[in-house]
Amino acid sequence: MTGVLEIEGLTVSLPAASDREFAIKDVTFNVEESEIVCIVGESGSGKSVTAFSVMGLLDRRSLVPVAGAIRLQDRDLLKLGDRELRRLRGERMSMIFQEPMTALNPVMRVGEQIAEMHEIHSGMSKPRRNERVLRALEDVRLPEPDRIFSSYPHQLSGGQRQRIMIAMALLLEPVLLIADEPTTALDVTTQAKILSLIKDLQSSRGMGVMFITHDFGVVAEIANRVVVMQNGLVVEQGPVEEVLQSPKHPYTRLLIDAVPSIEPPDKPAPSGKVALETERLNKVYSSAGWVGRSSTVKAAQDVSLTLRRGETLGIVGESGSGKSTVARCIMRLIDPTSGAVLIDGVDIADMRQNRLRHLRHQIQIVFQDPYRSLNPRRSVGKSIVEGPMNFGVPEDEAWRRAKDLIEVVGLSADSLDRYPHQFSGGQRQRICIARALVMEPIILIADEAVSALDVSVQSQVLDLLDSIRRNFQLAVLFITHDLRVAAQICDRIIVMQNGRVVETGSTSALFSDPKAPYTRELLAAAPGRAWQAGSRAEN
Amino acid sequence: MFKYVAMRVLSTIPVMAVVALFVFVLLRLAPGDPAAVIAGDYATAEDVERIRQQLGLADSVFVQFLRWLGGLMQGDLGTSIFSNRPVTELIGQRLEPTLLLALTTIVFSVAVAVPLGTLAAYRAGSAVDRVVMLFSVGGFSVPVFVLGYILIYTMSMSLKILPVQGYKSPFEDGIGPFLMHITLPTVTLSVIFIALISRMTRASVLEVLEEDYIRTARAKGQSEFRILLRHALRNAAVPIVTVIGIGIALLIGGVVVTESVYNIPGLGRLVLDAVLARDYPIIQGLMLFFSFIYIIINLIIDLSYTFFDPRIRY
Repeated sequence: MTGVLEIEGLTVSLPAASDREFAIKDVTFNVEESEIVCIVGESGSGKSVTAFSVMGLLDRRSLVPVAGAIRLQDRDLLKLGDRELRRLRGERMSMIFQEPMTALNPVMRVGEQIAEMHEIHSGMSKPRRNERVLRALEDVRLPEPDRIFSSYPHQLSGGQRQRIMIAMALLLEPVLLIADEPTTALDVTTQAKILSLIKDLQSSRGMGVMFITHDFGVVAEIANRVVVMQNGLVVEQGPVEEVLQSPKHPYTRLLIDAVPSIEPPDKPAPSGKVALETERLNKVYSSAGWVGRSSTVKAAQDVSLTLRRGETLGIVGESGSGKSTVARCIMRLIDPTSGAVLIDGVDIADMRQNRLRHLRHQIQIVFQDPYRSLNPRRSVGKSIVEGPMNFGVPEDEAWRRAKDLIEVVGLSADSLDRYPHQFSGGQRQRICIARALVMEPIILIADEAVSALDVSVQSQVLDLLDSIRRNFQLAVLFITHDLRVAAQICDRIIVMQNGRVVETGSTSALFSDPKAPYTRELLAAAPGRAWQAGSRAEN
Repeated sequence: MFKYVAMRVLSTIPVMAVVALFVFVLLRLAPGDPAAVIAGDYATAEDVERIRQQLGLADSVFVQFLRWLGGLMQGDLGTSIFSNRPVTELIGQRLEPTLLLALTTIVFSVAVAVPLGTLAAYRAGSAVDRVVMLFSVGGFSVPVFVLGYILIYTMSMSLKILPVQGYKSPFEDGIGPFLMHITLPTVTLSVIFIALISRMTRASVLEVLEEDYIRTARAKGQSEFRILLRHALRNAAVPIVTVIGIGIALLIGGVVVTESVYNIPGLGRLVLDAVLARDYPIIQGLMLFFSFIYIIINLIIDLSYTFFDPRIRY
């Protein structure tokens, strides 16, 4: 094996006012030919900074490499000028990113964006260029290359766009591919396909891949070697079997243990009073044209579900399955087209707003993105007391409740005077949970509430949600795309696809004996199944 | 698309009707009497009354409006009270200087402002950025007539590079004299648009430069210049084009002042003279004409969005 990339003692400094001196410190590892090296770590670990240093794409106003060397086939990238570095980018090393939705220029045809690679680096004539692009589109297994070539990004799905990115990155047959969380924003079934595509292309072309991820399931699927990073330092590296089977560093062990098992634990059947019921809930979006011609989207079709107090019901599905639509209809954030939503036996499906308002406190929601669901200009305490005060709770009583609850969710009482930006993602999600609980709801909806969090934080927030459910006898509607998370927290699960419920059942039954083909497909696509099954057999 | 354009064009009719009504009523509410102006300072009350009868101004406002509207339906904007010539003819005669001044102003403004704003965004926070933004604030603040006289004083009277006033037609007098005469008015009028457009360009490009696809382009090895040109500017275009559209509306006001300062026989001067003389038909005709131009330009701007952004479809 020959070395493609050698990183030696790489140190990147942070601006003076930061909470630590270096973004990454003394990072050393290699990527060999025909090898996939996974860089694993949580947010703030420095894995992306490492990748961007290699590409020379750091924001130089704040991040400056101060020591070490990055050798791409024996050329030290840190010593190259802008022009030389630019020539290597795209041709020798290329990169794909996390967000396929935004990584492509929305106003340029994707074929032209891929062809731009040749335009920059090879000066090939236009017809030959386009021919190469069409072949590249076939290589990434996109159907109808001709049609895709002249499509705009918004006309393609997330998975297709990521394939476009891969086709673009690999067009000039680089020796190094850097993939920065390339499947994190994708659905599981799509993720499985993209992972196998990357693996196939890597082995047929013999390039080195530096694959950044936070997900040990993905690591188990794809890696040859693993580099674990924490707070800007490499804490452990080694062959994948070694790191997964016998992790040496406590942080690696913590990360591996934090990956929720796909085997559901045994849970007693819930027996509480029915808190929420929907009957044949439908939501149709229609956009009327100027004259006549309209298009309709059936976002939810005949969704019926029952949720008891003290129970966690999971709605599992991929993007576009209608799971969030159902949640929003139940909250009456949007109006259902037809069907009934019974909360404690009262139908609110088409209740008038002024009557509905009095019932709103009964049902609360925690959203996915903890960074955007708190008003940045309001102190945490003010955000929490706003709800009860709207319902006529006296101010001092509301603050007393807020103090109690902020401790229930594991934060100190003085947090109430601080502002959202002073908290981490996990802490903000705790604040959102406190804000929901202060309304004394009977139903709590968690809409992908842990999806944006690091795995170690994720498990803590899941534990919190579970203890709250028990202590407050809450009915929890847990919406997620993540089967592992669903397996751990849900008592029962509804699987949705294209707006329809395809399977309902207790979590254990659904995982041990899935009936619907789609459920089976979802289960098969969950990354790292074989690894977890293996490690469990050993224990 | 075609249906959309047809709807938009049809919808100009009610808009124009409302404009017509407003213009008509507002003018009658304003103080001043064209008959008194025509009759002169030494006329008797009987003279004034006689003239008023002749001009049809003695009829009720409602009758006058209907009479005017009837003419409009046939494409007749009425006849000037003073020169006794059709308003359409008067507008036609004065159209060329104004249109050309508007055109040179827009072209010059865009040509200066878009690169300036882009540069400021690319070098955000630097000295270049601060200078551009300072100019932008300054450009907003200086009144057109002040700037006009300063330019005449320096360029024409002190340095004697450009003519002081007047207008030469490129069709009759040749392109050289035309450019000599149009330069100062264009620069005068452009300053505020350059300020406006460069500011919007800066904001819009700055936002786009943060986008992921700019990072993708860098990862491809694309040069910074081409990234700005191919990836950033087109994505930043919609707000910039919008502000250019708004600018054209502002231009109408600017033209009136600029044409007076530089003594250009265009529509702006026609407006001014007509207002001073209370020549109702001309004012009405010009207001309608300007509104129509404004509506059409807005339509063109809206349609141009589809060119810049394939996600926008009508």
